[in-house]
Amino acid sequence: MDLHIALVGNPNSGKTTLFNDLTGSTQYVGNWPGVTVEKKTGKMKYEGKQIQVTDLPGIYSFSTYSLEEVIAREFVEEGAIDVVVNIVDASNLQRNLFLSLQLIEMKKPVVIALNMMDVLESRGVTLDIAALSEALHVPVVPIVASKGKGIDELMRAVEATVGKEVVLPDVYHSDVESIISEIERKLPIEPCSRTHAIRFLEDGVVATVGHAMDPLALASLNQWVDEKVSKRLMDRDMIISDEKYSFITSITDKITSNTKPSEVKTTSDKIDSVLTHKYLAIPIFLLIMFGVFSMAFGPVGAFVKEYFEIFIEEVVISGIAGFLVSVGVSEWLYSLVVDGILAGVGSVLSFLPEISILFLMLSILEDSGYMARAAFIMDRLLRRFGLSGRSFIPMIMGFGCTVPALMAARTLESERDRRLTMMITPFMSCGARFPVYAVFAAAFFTDSQPLVVFSIYLMGILVAVISGIILKRFVTKGRVSSFIMELPEYRLPTIKNLWLHTWDRIKGFIIKAGTIILVAMVVIWFLQSYDFAFAMVEDSADSIFGRLGQAIAPIFVPLGFGEWRAAMSLIVGLIAKEAVVGTLGVLYGVGETAVESPELLTGPLKEVFTPLSAYAFMAFTLLYMPCIAAFATMKREMNSWKWTLIAVGYQTGVAWFVAFAIYQGGIWLQLG
Amino acid sequence: MATTKMLTLKDIEPGQVCIVEGLGTKSILRKRIIDMGVTIGTKIEVRKLAPLGDPMEIYIRGYHLSLRKAEAAEVVVRMV
Repeated sequence: MDLHIALVGNPNSGKTTLFNDLTGSTQYVGNWPGVTVEKKTGKMKYEGKQIQVTDLPGIYSFSTYSLEEVIAREFVEEGAIDVVVNIVDASNLQRNLFLSLQLIEMKKPVVIALNMMDVLESRGVTLDIAALSEALHVPVVPIVASKGKGIDELMRAVEATVGKEVVLPDVYHSDVESIISEIERKLPIEPCSRTHAIRFLEDGVVATVGHAMDPLALASLNQWVDEKVSKRLMDRDMIISDEKYSFITSITDKITSNTKPSEVKTTSDKIDSVLTHKYLAIPIFLLIMFGVFSMAFGPVGAFVKEYFEIFIEEVVISGIAGFLVSVGVSEWLYSLVVDGILAGVGSVLSFLPEISILFLMLSILEDSGYMARAAFIMDRLLRRFGLSGRSFIPMIMGFGCTVPALMAARTLESERDRRLTMMITPFMSCGARFPVYAVFAAAFFTDSQPLVVFSIYLMGILVAVISGIILKRFVTKGRVSSFIMELPEYRLPTIKNLWLHTWDRIKGFIIKAGTIILVAMVVIWFLQSYDFAFAMVEDSADSIFGRLGQAIAPIFVPLGFGEWRAAMSLIVGLIAKEAVVGTLGVLYGVGETAVESPELLTGPLKEVFTPLSAYAFMAFTLLYMPCIAAFATMKREMNSWKWTLIAVGYQTGVAWFVAFAIYQGGIWLQLG
Repeated sequence: MATTKMLTLKDIEPGQVCIVEGLGTKSILRKRIIDMGVTIGTKIEVRKLAPLGDPMEIYIRGYHLSLRKAEAAEVVVRMV
């Protein structure tokens, strides 16, 4: 690799779009704070050079202690980066430049990519870019990331900046500057950078945690700083930020000129006055949520699905089956491919239309900027349940897939909010669980399918809410939660971004169907065809799988589905929830026509389930511990085995009790 | 002095404009608030309250920020 550049910028500044411009990657872009939840790396070629590009999480500052800021700060401080490209939203200059000043202070070579100049121009504002560059002592290149403009100029500036010595701008008044240099000399930590000194000025001893030092020397230095600062009549932790902002204001006053009156309401303001209106906001919110789900699971989804199923069945499955017969493969191989792989994978893929539409809808919500407003509207309500408005974003994403939803919880500021949000997000029914409801609702609730499926989704939300109320007392007592969030301008989602965004998620679903689920289906087919002596069995109840299932089935007897096939499908569901249906398809021998599973599984399922136990089964599927991928994500994000195990233990326990209550309650009410 | 209650951002009605005078020490997110641009002397316009009365939306340094009333109560202001 010839060159390594890192992208740093505020959330919503167009950082990920620039990353896509540079690397041609298909990373998705949202319009709410905190899309890039971890750093991503891509490669680009520029004039024959191999360049590595790292996209860091969008942050507002390096000096607070949220997880994303720590990730970004450590990477910039310790990573082997040649140039930092700082993307700055020109339409929101002051706050963006705050981060720029912190970045320049770290003495890394910085190039500023000034984005959204078009937005600024449409407001009739012009910027003196040369003056900005001069004041900050760094190159400033105007770009329009969404249209890929200015990338060449940016890369030229990056090349020219490699290896150049950093000259700091004169941000601070001389008294503050002298305090900083004094600390730099005396602070007993090695190596002591200017950023360390500044952090010590702001936070005192706290900033030196993790460094070996002499506590006495530190205390006297601390006292000296206190004395010096007291002349300023300002708290210690405010001075640095205050000076930075004063410096920024003096620059922006100098370089901006307005040609239009500035107090005019923007289109974004007008949209916002309706969408967050005192009385209209909540009805509109409910309508939008209803719209999202009825698009995916209502007539539109059903329409697309009908044609998609015909395609899968007539073209893909018949084609493969016909081919296998024509080349004369042995019976066991035909059985493996058609009854095992195609039955399992096909039954999962047939739900692709609904899930794709849901992903598309969620993408529109994110890209437009509505997600942040939804958080704003819901904050008050969610607080009652021990959450924050920001929890809403992971929770709504949970309807798509639990894994990115858990990662999105990183945007929550307080550890308490974060942990609680991660514990209840899996109760939001992810797309992979839908096939289970669809199959069971079609089999047992023919006349009221949509209502039954809807009730399951609602149950997930209710359980999440009740869990919030309970858990906030035990699990996460202590610190107060918070809600400080930018409300970005509304933007019309671009087709390109929507496509990238939706495709990224669909791709994950398809890859999962083609890999994990495929392998799982092969293994299951094998385990249910052979017994412990590896002899092929007549009745799958005698197989390895059957024996295992019979051993664990008693756990589910009180829930109404103590049958080995049902029990094993839930176990397989831990690999991926979609696999529950696939497993049932294989175990009940529905075989090559499993794509039509809603109808074809009906017969076998009716022999085992009653409507009541079917509903209990759906509830259990909704609530029990999420798949392995989500489990691993939770472990990584919580960074604690204890909390991860508590979370999944709680989820599975709740699942058992809710299913138990449904089944036993139903019997008591004589519904079963 | 002790009897007059300080005016805070929480007391400002939507549509009104105020200037930041200081920040209370109680907020755990004091540093965050400062870094978002709420520094002494900054002009803040209160735009609206969320439909359920909390949080509030303010316009500051050319962008929109939302914060809870509990957090706004830590921002001491004066009217323009």
